Amino acid sequence: MSVTKPLPHDAAPLHVSGSARYVDDIPTPKGTLHLAFGLSPIAKGTITAMDLSAVKAAPGVVRVMTVQDLPFANDVSPSIHDEPLLSDGTVHYIGQPVFLVVATSHLAARKAVRLGKIDYAEETPILTVEEALAADSRFEDGPRIYAKGDADAAIESAAHVIDGTFEIGGQEHFYLEGQAALAVPNEGGDMLVHSSTQHPTEIQHKVADALGVPMHAIRVETRRMGGGFGGKESQGNALAVACAVAARATGKACKMRYDRDDDMIITGKRHAFRISYRAGFDEQGHIQGVSFLQYAICGWAQDLSLPVADRAMLHSDNAYLLPNARIESHRLKTNTQSATAYRGFGGPQGMVAIERVMDHAAHELRLDPVELRRRNYYEPAHKVAEVQPHEKPLGHPDPHEDLTSRGAVETGTAPVRPLPAGGNTTPYGMEVSDFELHGMTEALMKSSDYAARKAAIAKWNAENSVIKKGIAFSPVKFGISFTLTHLNQAGALVHVYQDGSVHLNHGGTEMGQGLFQKVAQVAASRFGIPLEMVKITATDTAKVPNTSATAASSGSDLNGMAVKAACDTIRDRMADYLAERHQADPSAVTFTDGHVSVGEERYTFAEAAALAYQGRISLSATGFYKTPKIEWDRIAGRGRPFYYFAYGASVTEVAVDTLTGENRILRTDILHDAGASLNPALDVGQVEGGYVQGAGWLTTEELVWDGKGNLRTHAPSTYKIPACSDRPDIFNVALWDGENREDTIYRSKAVGEPPFMLGISAWLALSNAVAACGDTYPALNAPATAEEVWRGVQRMKGGI
Amino acid sequence: MDITFLLNGETVELTDIDPTATLLDWLREDRGLTGTKEGCNEGDCGACTVMVTDAGGAKALNSCILFLPQLHGKAIRTVEGASGPDGEVHPVQQAMVDLHGSQCGFCTPGFVMSIVAGHTNGATDHDTQLAGNLCRCTGYAPIIRAAEAAEKQPVPVWVKDKPVATPTTSPMLPGSSDALAAVYAKNPNATLVAGATDVGLWVTKQLRDLDPVIFLNRCDDLKEITITDEEIRFGAMVDMNRMGDALADIHPSYAEMIRRYASVQVRHAATVGGNIANGSPIGDNPPALIALGATLHLRKGDERRSVLLEDFFIDYGKQDRAPGEFVEAVSFPRQADRLKCYKLSKRFDQDISAVCGCFNVTISDGQVADARIAFGGMAGIPKRATHVEAALIGQPWVRETIDAALPAFANDYSPLTDMRASATYRLETAKAMLERYFLEDQGQVTNVLEVSA
Repeated sequence: MSVTKPLPHDAAPLHVSGSARYVDDIPTPKGTLHLAFGLSPIAKGTITAMDLSAVKAAPGVVRVMTVQDLPFANDVSPSIHDEPLLSDGTVHYIGQPVFLVVATSHLAARKAVRLGKIDYAEETPILTVEEALAADSRFEDGPRIYAKGDADAAIESAAHVIDGTFEIGGQEHFYLEGQAALAVPNEGGDMLVHSSTQHPTEIQHKVADALGVPMHAIRVETRRMGGGFGGKESQGNALAVACAVAARATGKACKMRYDRDDDMIITGKRHAFRISYRAGFDEQGHIQGVSFLQYAICGWAQDLSLPVADRAMLHSDNAYLLPNARIESHRLKTNTQSATAYRGFGGPQGMVAIERVMDHAAHELRLDPVELRRRNYYEPAHKVAEVQPHEKPLGHPDPHEDLTSRGAVETGTAPVRPLPAGGNTTPYGMEVSDFELHGMTEALMKSSDYAARKAAIAKWNAENSVIKKGIAFSPVKFGISFTLTHLNQAGALVHVYQDGSVHLNHGGTEMGQGLFQKVAQVAASRFGIPLEMVKITATDTAKVPNTSATAASSGSDLNGMAVKAACDTIRDRMADYLAERHQADPSAVTFTDGHVSVGEERYTFAEAAALAYQGRISLSATGFYKTPKIEWDRIAGRGRPFYYFAYGASVTEVAVDTLTGENRILRTDILHDAGASLNPALDVGQVEGGYVQGAGWLTTEELVWDGKGNLRTHAPSTYKIPACSDRPDIFNVALWDGENREDTIYRSKAVGEPPFMLGISAWLALSNAVAACGDTYPALNAPATAEEVWRGVQRMKGGI
Repeated sequence: MDITFLLNGETVELTDIDPTATLLDWLREDRGLTGTKEGCNEGDCGACTVMVTDAGGAKALNSCILFLPQLHGKAIRTVEGASGPDGEVHPVQQAMVDLHGSQCGFCTPGFVMSIVAGHTNGATDHDTQLAGNLCRCTGYAPIIRAAEAAEKQPVPVWVKDKPVATPTTSPMLPGSSDALAAVYAKNPNATLVAGATDVGLWVTKQLRDLDPVIFLNRCDDLKEITITDEEIRFGAMVDMNRMGDALADIHPSYAEMIRRYASVQVRHAATVGGNIANGSPIGDNPPALIALGATLHLRKGDERRSVLLEDFFIDYGKQDRAPGEFVEAVSFPRQADRLKCYKLSKRFDQDISAVCGCFNVTISDGQVADARIAFGGMAGIPKRATHVEAALIGQPWVRETIDAALPAFANDYSPLTDMRASATYRLETAKAMLERYFLEDQGQVTNVLEVSA
C-alpha cells in the first residue's frame, strides 16, 4: 500500500528544478495589467481630500480606482463585512488600502501609488491593551467566559498561589511567496482567478459579490502556495477581488502581488496577547484551580479573531486536568493590521499561558517541572470510557454570511454557567478519551536522557558565570476539527481513465505540507495501484465546490476521507461489474499490486478499467466526508468541539550569554503523535519545521510598532525568522508509534499545527537558564529576544 | 550601455540596457526564466540566488539586487541551469528530493543554487553558506542533510562555467581606477555602484531613478589586498568574503564577525569601500577598522589624500568626501592581535547589528598600555569610546579597572531606541562587551556560539 510510505513531496522534482509554478510564474495573456494599492500613512482618521492626478499621469498607469469605482460589494472581510477593499473614507490602520492603481507593469504600479496626495483628519489611534480597554474598543459585546467548577474558591484555599501577567507577541507569517492573484476575464462576464490562497471557495465568494454575479460565474484555481501558515486563509481576498474588479473594468487580465514590505504592512499576523494568570496548587503540585484573563489584540477588523480567541481559551488546559478553571477572553479592537489565522489559530497563545503557570508553580514549589506536569496530566486513554456523541441540529444559516469562512458565527443558546468540577473533562466539558502523553513523556525522558542532562546543566551553571544553560520539557495536546462545526466537511472528484490512470481533485490546497501526496497515496492504496498512476491537479472550485479552507490541520483528515469515499464508489462499481461478468461475489474482487483479481482471473488495473468502460460503467465519482461526533456551543463554552486530540512532547536545551542575553538552542528532542502516519517523511517534516517556526515566534521574531502605529519591522532586514544556524545543533525527532483511536483516514492524525507548539519548550528553557542567575522566577515575556532575556537576567540580579 | 554574459552556458548580448534593471526582473520578465524567485527584493531571503562565475570563481549572489551592468563578462547559472543540458539532475537537486529538503518549494531554487555554488567550491560549512537563505517550512534540518549528502558527489561538468572575455563598452563601466577617476570627475553627481547591496535597495524599495550611475565592478586594481610587515591594505572593491578570508589568521575575531556580516551572497557583492563610503552608523567594518587605527585613502581625479577613518565620519549622513571623490583603499598597521569584535543582533546570522563593539586593548606589564575601542549602533556615526579608553589607559588590567571604566560609556554614547534595541539595552550591553573582553582575556567561557549540549 502507498499509505505509510515515507515518499518525497510529489512536487519535489519540480521544486528543485525551478519548474514548479506559482501564481506569479503563470504565463499571462498579452496586455496583462499589474496592480498596486495606495496605502494609508495614518492609523486612524478620515479622508478630507484626495488628489490622484499625479498618479493618473504617471508612466504606465492605465486606471486609478477608488471606492467610487467599485460597482458592487466593497468588502473583503471573511466575517462581518467590516473590511472594505478600498477605504470608504475612513482609515483604521497604517497600510490600509485607499486606492488602486492599474498599470502596465508591477514597477510602474508601485511607483505610481507613491504619488497620491491625500489629506486626512487624523484621530488618536488605539494601539495598546490599555487604550483599547479605556475606549471599550472591542469585538463582541463583552468578554467570553468559559468555566468549570469554582476557580476563585479553589485558588483561595490552595496551599500555594502564584500569579503573573505577561505579554505574548504576534508573528508575521513570512511565507516565502508573497500574496498574489491573477484574474483573467472569460466570455460572458465570467472570471478565472488564480490565487495563492488556502481558501479558493472564499475567494470565489468574495469575487462573485464584488462583481455582482453568482458564484457559478467565478472559477478559482490554486495549484500551490509558496507557504501559507494561515496567512492565506483570508488575506488573499483583497488581491483577488482587486484583480477581478480591475479585469472587469479594463477587459484585460490583471495581476497583483505584494512587494514584501507591502505584504508585511498590509496583511494580518498572529494575534498578540496579554495574559494574566492566578493559580492555586497543593503541596504536591496538584493544581487546584486556575484563572486566566486573556486580552487578544485583534487589530482593526474582525476577520477570524473570534474563533482564534475561542481556540486560545480551548487550549488553556493543554495537557492538564484542571479541576476548577475560569477563562475570560477579551477581543480588543485596535488601529493595527487585522490579526488573522496563523498556525495554531490562538491555540499556541492559550497553551503558552498554562505552560507558564506550570513552570512558575514548579519554580515556586521547587519541584521538577516535568514531574509537576505529569502529576497534573489527564487520565490515560485506557482508563477512560468512550463517550457517546449526540448530534445537534444546525440553525438556519444567514445567506449573507461567509458560510465557508471561520469568521461565520454560530450562535449558541445555552445559558452560560460553569460546568461541574471533576471528571476527566476539559474546562469546556469535553471528555478527554485519547490521552497519550503519559507514555510519550516517559519515552521522551529516556530518549532525551533528561535527568542526566539536567544534572550536567546544574553542574555547568555552578562552574560558569557568564554562559548559563537551561533545559525544559513541554507537552502538546491540540484539538483537531474546525470549531465552526459545519466546516468539517470535504468533497472530492475522482476519475479513472480507460488506460487505468487516475486523476483526482479535492477541496484541499497545497501549501507545502504534502497534502496532495498524502491524498494520492490514499487513492493509490484504495485502487491497489502504483502512485505514478495517480495525478492530482490544481484545486479548482469548478471541480469541487463549497470547500472549507485548508486550515485547522484538517487537510488530510477531511480530503483523505472524501477521496477514499470517491475511490471506493468507483472501486465498488468496477467490482460489481467484474463480479457479474465472472459470476463471482463482488466482495471477492480484490485490488492489489496494480491488478484486479476476480476468482482465477487477474487483470491489470488498466485492463479492468477498459473492461468497465466497455461495460458502460461510470468511472467518475464524487466523494464526501463529514467529521462525526462533534458539536459545539461557543457561547456557552460547552460540547465536543474536537473529534480528537493530537499530542506531542519536546525537550529543549539552550545556552544564554548573561552579559548580553544572546542565546541559542543546543539540542532538541521531540516525540510527536501523528497517529498511524500516512507518510512519516512528510510528517517529520511538519514536526521539524513546526518546531523551528514555534521557537522563532517565542525568541527572535519581534514585531515592533512605533507610537503612531507604524510597523517598524516590515522586511526580513528587521523581522528575524530563524535562519539556518538557529535550528537546534542536535535535533532528534521521532514519531510516536500509535494510531488514532478515532476512525480517521487510515487511523492517522492531523500534523500541520500541533508541532508548532513544541517550540514552547525553547522559551521555557531560556527561562530555566535565566533562573540560574538568582532565586526569583524570571517571568520572561514572549518573544524572549536577546534583549528580553537580558532584562530577565537583570531582574534576577536586581539590576532593573 | 551594452553588455555580454553567459546565461546557463549560452552567450547573451544585451544592448542599450537600463543600468538599474535587476538581474531578477530581467530573468523573470524578459527571459521567462521563472525558476528564480522574488522573496523580499532586498537581498535578505535568498530566494533569488543565482551562481555567478567570474575570474574569482563561482559565487552565490542575490539576483534581486544585482544590476545588469555588474554582470558584464560573467557567467550566470540559474536553477534551470543547475540541471544538465539533457535534463540530467544535479546531485544537489537529487539530494534535496531524496532527503525532503523542499516543502512549499518557493525558497528551494535559491537553496539549490546556494548549495550548488558551495558544492562547486567544495564548501562544507553549510550553516554559513546557507545563512542568507530563509526557509519557513522545513526548519532547515533536511536541507542540511541534503547538502551533506551531496558533498562527496562530483561537480557536474555543466556547472563549471568560465567567464567571458569582454571589452569595456561604456565609460560608465570603467575598467580601472584611473578610468573611474576620469569619468567620476566629469560626472561628480553620479551614483557609484560597488556591490549594490545598499544602492540596490534605493532602486527596489525606495524606487529611486538613479542617473547617471557609474559601476566599479570592473576596476580590478581596486580589488587588491596587500599584506606587508608594516600594514594591511584593502582596495575599495575587495568584497567582504575575500576580506574575511584575508583576516582569518591575522585578526580572527574580525574574520568571525565578517562571517556573521550579512550572508555569503551579500558578502560576495558587498565591498569594504562601499561599507565605509555610505557612511552608515551601523556598518560593521568601521568600528573594527577604527579600533585597528585604520587610514582611509581617497582619490579625486589625480589627487589623492588620506584621512584617519575615525575622522571620515563627521555626522549622521555626512562624511569627509568631496563631490567626485571616491574611496580607493583602507589600510591599517600590522600589530599584535588584541582585537575582539562583538556583533550583537536579534539573530546571529544575516542581521544588522544593534550594537557592534570592537576592542583593541594592549596590555604591558599588567597595565593597559593602549586602548582603541569603537562602536557601531551607538551614535549617528561609527564612533570611538574616547572616555572609556582614557579610563583604561595606564590602569592595571584588573576587574576593578573595568568596573571603574563602565560609567564612562555614558559620556561617550547616548544611543537611540529603535526596532532593533532600546537605548538602555544598547548602552548596558556596550558596557557588558568590555566586561566580556576582560573575562575572555582571563580565559572564561564567554561565547555562546562555542558552547554545545
